[in-house]
Amino acid sequence: MCKGVAITGIGAISAIGNNAQENYDALVSGKIGISTISKINTVHKDDIMVGEIEMTNDQLKEKLGIAKGDAISRTALLAMFAADEAILQAGITDINDYETGLISGTTVGGMDQSEKYYFEYFESEENWGHINGLHAGDSTQKLAAHIGLIESFASTISTACSSAANAIMLGARMIKSGQLDRVIVGGTDSLCKFTINGFKTLMIQSDTYNTPFDDNRKGLNLGEAAAYLVLESDEIIKKNKRTVLGYVKGYGNANDAFHQTASSDNGDGAVLAMEKAFKVSGLKPSDIDYVNAHGTATPNNDLSEGRALLRTFGDKVPEFSSTKAFTGHTLAVAGGLEAVYSVLALQNNIIYPNLNFKTPMKEFSLLPQTTVKKKELRNVLSNSFGFGGNCSTLIFSKEA
Amino acid sequence: MKPVYIHSVGSVSAQKTFENEEFLNEIREYNDTTVKVIDPNYKDFIPPAAARRMARGIKMSAVSSKNALTEAGLENVDAIIVGTGLGCIGDSERFVSDIIKNDEQFLTPTRFIQSSHNTVAGQIALGLGCKGHNFTFVHSAISFESSLIDAKMMLENDEAITVLVGGVDELVDHHVETHRLIGHIKKEPLASQDLLKSKTEGMVMGEGSHFFVLSNEKTPSSYSELLAVRTFNTISKDRLNQKINRFLESQQVSIEDIDLIILGNNGDINFDDYYKQLTTGIFANTAQAYYKHLSGDFDTASGFAFWLANKILKTQHIPDVVKLNAIESSSLKTILIYNQYRGENHSLTLIRKC
Repeated sequence: MCKGVAITGIGAISAIGNNAQENYDALVSGKIGISTISKINTVHKDDIMVGEIEMTNDQLKEKLGIAKGDAISRTALLAMFAADEAILQAGITDINDYETGLISGTTVGGMDQSEKYYFEYFESEENWGHINGLHAGDSTQKLAAHIGLIESFASTISTACSSAANAIMLGARMIKSGQLDRVIVGGTDSLCKFTINGFKTLMIQSDTYNTPFDDNRKGLNLGEAAAYLVLESDEIIKKNKRTVLGYVKGYGNANDAFHQTASSDNGDGAVLAMEKAFKVSGLKPSDIDYVNAHGTATPNNDLSEGRALLRTFGDKVPEFSSTKAFTGHTLAVAGGLEAVYSVLALQNNIIYPNLNFKTPMKEFSLLPQTTVKKKELRNVLSNSFGFGGNCSTLIFSKEA
Repeated sequence: MKPVYIHSVGSVSAQKTFENEEFLNEIREYNDTTVKVIDPNYKDFIPPAAARRMARGIKMSAVSSKNALTEAGLENVDAIIVGTGLGCIGDSERFVSDIIKNDEQFLTPTRFIQSSHNTVAGQIALGLGCKGHNFTFVHSAISFESSLIDAKMMLENDEAITVLVGGVDELVDHHVETHRLIGHIKKEPLASQDLLKSKTEGMVMGEGSHFFVLSNEKTPSSYSELLAVRTFNTISKDRLNQKINRFLESQQVSIEDIDLIILGNNGDINFDDYYKQLTTGIFANTAQAYYKHLSGDFDTASGFAFWLANKILKTQHIPDVVKLNAIESSSLKTILIYNQYRGENHSLTLIRKC
């Protein structure tokens, strides 16, 4: 069970860059993507800050070679943009030459369009093309068509903010069990009024820059992104002489079974998820060189996750940071975007800074890594937690 | 790899399926464009105070999951995996509608929280105190099958001994009205018994919740063995026979071994051809059944088919109301379920008496 699954391609689009390299450059140069919102006309625009992707839907369509009039949600467009990059990097020329799957995570699906035309549908047929886009799976189905995948396993996971992490986990398991030779895994979510207002009712959105693991943290900034990875079997790697970027070495999913939206005080679910990931990978906590934390900067998450890190690593918590001060919380995509970041960290032997940190939390003495740090990295652990008590951990490694 | 068995079933559907001792003893007939579930007495399962704001999908699933657990004699499971096309869409719609009507003011969190697609899986975990693997799949007509695939893989690889697997979807107004606009739901009522004679486009939309306990340990009361599940994002009609043959070959099963095929005909004149091609083609000499005249069609309607197949194997009886042809099989051991929606998201599920 200890052998990892090879990653041969990565792709990402977020508030800090339109591809994986731009994202990396922003992370090491301290360029954040948090700003006031410009593309959605919400009454909350003065009370929130978000991680918005610069390109408009029309610009995305143009780059993707999609006609302006085609009814495709922003969620699906972002997915296509990031998945294309990952597939190109892997060097895949025919997506159907091996048993290939697609597993995508999303929370909002086509809600960005549905909420615009919700009542309008009954007055004009102009936007009826978006009606079916409300199905979360529709964004994945459109992505499958875009990458030319046919007669294949294409599915969608929606476990709130751990969706993409779980997509990566399922993909790795399907390759290990021999059901697939190759799988495109990741997630996509666009900003919309639905989530802005939803998180507003939960009162966990910050009105300024989010500050993960800081004692005075005020909540999260929502972000939008898409991120995908290509996982391939050893047989493909050998036959096609692929460059392996890293391995999905461990994974664990557990449920906190504590509250529908809040994490337990002691991070039970998170501890269980990390323990499972260690078991699958055959690694020990001391083998982890860097933790890319979920670190949403909500009072609840950072306390629960911090305690879980202490329970898991004892007094030897490795360098850890949350990159959400750069990107905002990209919901379903978080685990996918941070998987891309983890692979880039391994490749460059770099630990990203946890920005905006000033005051240690009073509950414990954990200090995130606040500056860019060069360090030989072998194994990176990434956490993602979501509503419904969903806790997921992924471990990425240089060696299989 | 360990074999995978179905230990128990639980169903809330447009038929009276919530009592496991019964098996379609009385049939409810409809003449409509949509069909709702026959509500069980939710008070027997959920405290009334909690039930008040609870989404219908959660309520239905509280009953069907509880029935599955009770029949399996389990207090808890190692994992919970749920498929749902739209989650608790009623709450999502109310939240969107409130955002628009109230100009983003005076909103409350409950609707938003229940909108999260994994609410049902999360609520069941919370109720049971189940800290194991917890996944939710949301991919149209293969949402339930995706859950089966995940569960099967866990059990085969001994990552769990018992898994609660389910499919749930609820019927709500705005969704029905908008999907009727685009012809996905029928414009004129259709009587249940006329589903196959329909000459119109669209489906009769339904709802329901189906849960099953799967395990890699066989018990004397196990319903069946889950041999294989596969899904396909696309299959053209001219490739369908080949895909099915290859699926069966991979299980060393021939068409002649199939004692019953259960098909997902939904009365949509544009897409039922897929089924007709099979009933008049490679499965012309096989006993055939259908079910969407009883359940309505919805993203996880194939959960009803899985329930039906398991009940048939357990009782060794095919109710007349589901029979598509007069062919009697000499034995009832192996059942194939085939479903697709609007020509996409095809699934093949193969179970055998154990």
